[in-house]
Amino acid sequence: MRLKTLALALAGVAMSAVAAIAQQAVTPAVVYDLGGKFDKSFNEAAFNGAERFKRESGIDYRDFEIQNDAQREQALRNFAQRGQNPIIAVGFSFRAALENVAKEFPNTRFAIIDSGVDLPNVQSIRFREHEGSYLVGVLAGLATKKNTVGFVGGMDIPLIRRFACGFVQGVKVAKPGVSVIQNMTGTTGAAFRDPVRGGELARGQISQGADVIYHASGATGIGVLQAAADGGALGIGVDSNQNGLHPGKVLTSMLKRVDNAVHTSFTTARAGTWKAGTSVLGLAEGGVDWADDSNNAPLITAEMRAAVTKASDDIKAGRVVVHDFMSNQACPVQ
Amino acid sequence: MSARPAPLWLIAGVVPLVNVAVAFLAAGLVIALIGENPLEALQIMLRGALGSQYGLGYTLYYTTSFIFTGLAVAVAFHAGHFNIGGEGQALMGGLGAALVALSLPFLPWPILLPLCVLGAALAGAAWVLIPAYLQAYRGSHIVITTIMFNFLAATLLVYLLVGPMKMAGSMAPETARFVPGATLPLMNQMAAWFGLTLTRTPLNLSFVFAILAAIMVWVLIWRTRLGYAIRTVGANPDAAVYAGISPARITVIALLISGGLAGLMATNEILGVQGRLINEFTAGAGFVGIAVALMGRGHPFGIVLAALLFGVLYQGGAELAFDKPKITREMIIVIQGFVILFAGALEMMFADRIASLYQRFAGQPVSA
Repeated sequence: MRLKTLALALAGVAMSAVAAIAQQAVTPAVVYDLGGKFDKSFNEAAFNGAERFKRESGIDYRDFEIQNDAQREQALRNFAQRGQNPIIAVGFSFRAALENVAKEFPNTRFAIIDSGVDLPNVQSIRFREHEGSYLVGVLAGLATKKNTVGFVGGMDIPLIRRFACGFVQGVKVAKPGVSVIQNMTGTTGAAFRDPVRGGELARGQISQGADVIYHASGATGIGVLQAAADGGALGIGVDSNQNGLHPGKVLTSMLKRVDNAVHTSFTTARAGTWKAGTSVLGLAEGGVDWADDSNNAPLITAEMRAAVTKASDDIKAGRVVVHDFMSNQACPVQ
Repeated sequence: MSARPAPLWLIAGVVPLVNVAVAFLAAGLVIALIGENPLEALQIMLRGALGSQYGLGYTLYYTTSFIFTGLAVAVAFHAGHFNIGGEGQALMGGLGAALVALSLPFLPWPILLPLCVLGAALAGAAWVLIPAYLQAYRGSHIVITTIMFNFLAATLLVYLLVGPMKMAGSMAPETARFVPGATLPLMNQMAAWFGLTLTRTPLNLSFVFAILAAIMVWVLIWRTRLGYAIRTVGANPDAAVYAGISPARITVIALLISGGLAGLMATNEILGVQGRLINEFTAGAGFVGIAVALMGRGHPFGIVLAALLFGVLYQGGAELAFDKPKITREMIIVIQGFVILFAGALEMMFADRIASLYQRFAGQPVSA
């Protein structure tokens, strides 16, 4: 009996030793997009994932915030040159730069969020944002009292239209008569860091009767949520959990788990199980979700909770398929 | 006792050095205030910019852009005009190069590449034509018109890049890649032709163009009849009329040359590095050109040196931001701002004092 315990303990020690040996030395790095590390949204989610990895593993990582489009390639090459590995590029705009640098450094592992680079040393991580947007759409449809909700997008690109389309589908399912006002902030990367214009758009939507406003606009959304809170409307955050920005005035947030993607990429690299290729993270994979915490608990009624849980289960089980704007560049509902 | 004028080495050599030293001192103070060691920061900056093939390649790559935009500002300056539209002219230069590269991809490279470079220069010159005409014949101030044309250029480029010229299937505002024959070879590729191995950096053939452009500007301004006319108009337009020179005509010509030089900046970024047209590729080089031209005192040799200084600041600054997470991207802009402030805007602050010091110590014994 005692011998068996000892043997088990020894085996345990041996196994953890093996695990420790199997863990590889990693020197991870993150390059953020123009919105900046602390945009409270998309880039900050990546930052949080990297921080979580650092807390768990004790391994420090390096990061860089680019100032303009021309710096993308230099930032990636600079990290690769210094032996950082793996390197994560946060944002679809890095595609062309990453393609160049990944070819140059075939032994360095790269990952890109929201885009695809087809190389043997690149991980392409995409999300099914329409599924998460559908859920917050259901909540918005049930929360609106004036039967009007708003959507503020960042840069007018198919990716952001996909958020909008998923949101509208959710709203219409929850309450068919609700009208959705949609605005895009701009057509370049600057549209993701323009909180002033975001606030103006939100105020415009409030004056047209919107009382719930969902934003998918990175740092621009800080202005959207502020204007919504000031104007007596409910905001809906995006990417990170933004419920705490204006407690009680943010209905929920569409969580896009960029943090998990970054964290997983780093930990699998450390464990030696890192794989190149494309992964698409939807509701079933835990890639997207709606934010449910003490900040928005008073806003979510039992009816809303039941509806969103049902919608979530239906999507996960495949009973409901949310239309993806990017599949045919069109949205069935407006 | 007549004061001896300060010699050239003092005005062109010592004064800029003092200015840069003061700028670094002020920047060092800010770095010390956020709790980093300024000497260490300076060391990282210099080593990052000049200490390796990789760093040097990037430094010279930035320098290339600044030489073009600096020369552009200087040529206009000699004609007495302040062309602050280098940013917009460079953007249009990129558009010109891209239009040639994308519409004539079937041409062999010995024809296509020169056409692309020409397209960049012509588009840059074309963008300054209206402001130049308005200045020369209608008296609209060139500073106002060129800065407005910067906004127009940026807006036009965004319109084209998110609309007609956007690559199918891409979400970022960018055109399709140019054919290889439309891009300039990188320096490490050229070195490989001679059997040398260099680290891959964005430094490309346009650096050679920039040096050639500097020599040609020197020849133009000080060794040709046109250059004489430009300098005469710049010094005194009224006197130029009596010399049989038309100030309006010379203004337009000088500004067209200036715009062409600014447009050539795109050869570095678009034809040399990106191989496709992207948004905001100038990254402020047009405005840095103003500081470079002021610091280089409008002389091509000075401009090359000043461009090198700003190249060091840009590359060293990027390295500093990489190595010291506490020194954020905004801090780097502060440091660059100090250099522009002291070396560009306040360049004469110490000049008189240094000159009078010189006269007290060097001038007196001679006149006594």
